[in-house]
Amino acid sequence: MKAHLTRRYRFSASHRLHSEEMSAPENRATYGKCNNPFGHGHNYALEVTVSGQVDPSTGMVCNLVDLDGLVEREVLSRYDLSNLNALQEFAQVVPTTENLSTQIFEILQRGFAQAHLDRVRLEETMMNSFEYAGGSEPPR
Amino acid sequence: MVYLTRKAEFSASHYYHNPDFTPEENRRVFGKCNNPNGHGHNYTLEVTVKGEVDPRSGFVVDLKQLKEVMHHEVLDAMDHRFLNKEVPEFSTQIPTTENLAIAVWQRLETKLEKARLHRVRVYETPDLFVDFYGEK
Repeated sequence: MKAHLTRRYRFSASHRLHSEEMSAPENRATYGKCNNPFGHGHNYALEVTVSGQVDPSTGMVCNLVDLDGLVEREVLSRYDLSNLNALQEFAQVVPTTENLSTQIFEILQRGFAQAHLDRVRLEETMMNSFEYAGGSEPPR
Repeated sequence: MVYLTRKAEFSASHYYHNPDFTPEENRRVFGKCNNPNGHGHNYTLEVTVKGEVDPRSGFVVDLKQLKEVMHHEVLDAMDHRFLNKEVPEFSTQIPTTENLAIAVWQRLETKLEKARLHRVRVYETPDLFVDFYGEK
């Protein structure tokens, strides 16, 4: 039997949305308040969904300790209480939540062999969220 | 096709233990969840059914019937119970959230009239849930 398991995590970070390819007025028109040069922050909620056969000997898709460990090591310790613009992966890439969710998906996909990574879902605020399932696969 | 989701809550206790594992293996694999005295959760269950909207009633499913089936098949059996000891499925399976979602699906699947079961989602805590779509 195949099941899909979702775990929620939280982190807080600041960012500024600004593209070097745009003029100052274009940046302001595109990003609005998010273009404030001093940046601003969010409490993000991250949902990670993995799937696989339920192992009859454990009743589990994967051991949560492994998933929690990877997310803590590779995602939360990197992004929690950070300024996203100061990180190497966002030196050339605007740290929108779209780009952050694809970045997190790729980090987790590289590091997690115990189950299939279905998708990541990232809530920037309670009012907006972003999902990425890799490639052109639609999120479930 | 329209999808309809009904929520319910129940509280139950469980522990994780595989009799084929040594005590050390059980502790290593299941950690704190291996405590034989058990521990509890407030579970939230979401049952999603799908179907065409009946032109006469405007319903996908009779919500009252869905609610009654969920009550009878799941809540009566699991609410305020020790899952390992009181729910037959878990005399042979470990009552993880994965197996709980599968058990709920199997209890509901044949009992619903008209609508087809699409998804069973079981929240063990607000930060952990499992979806089962009846996939082999």
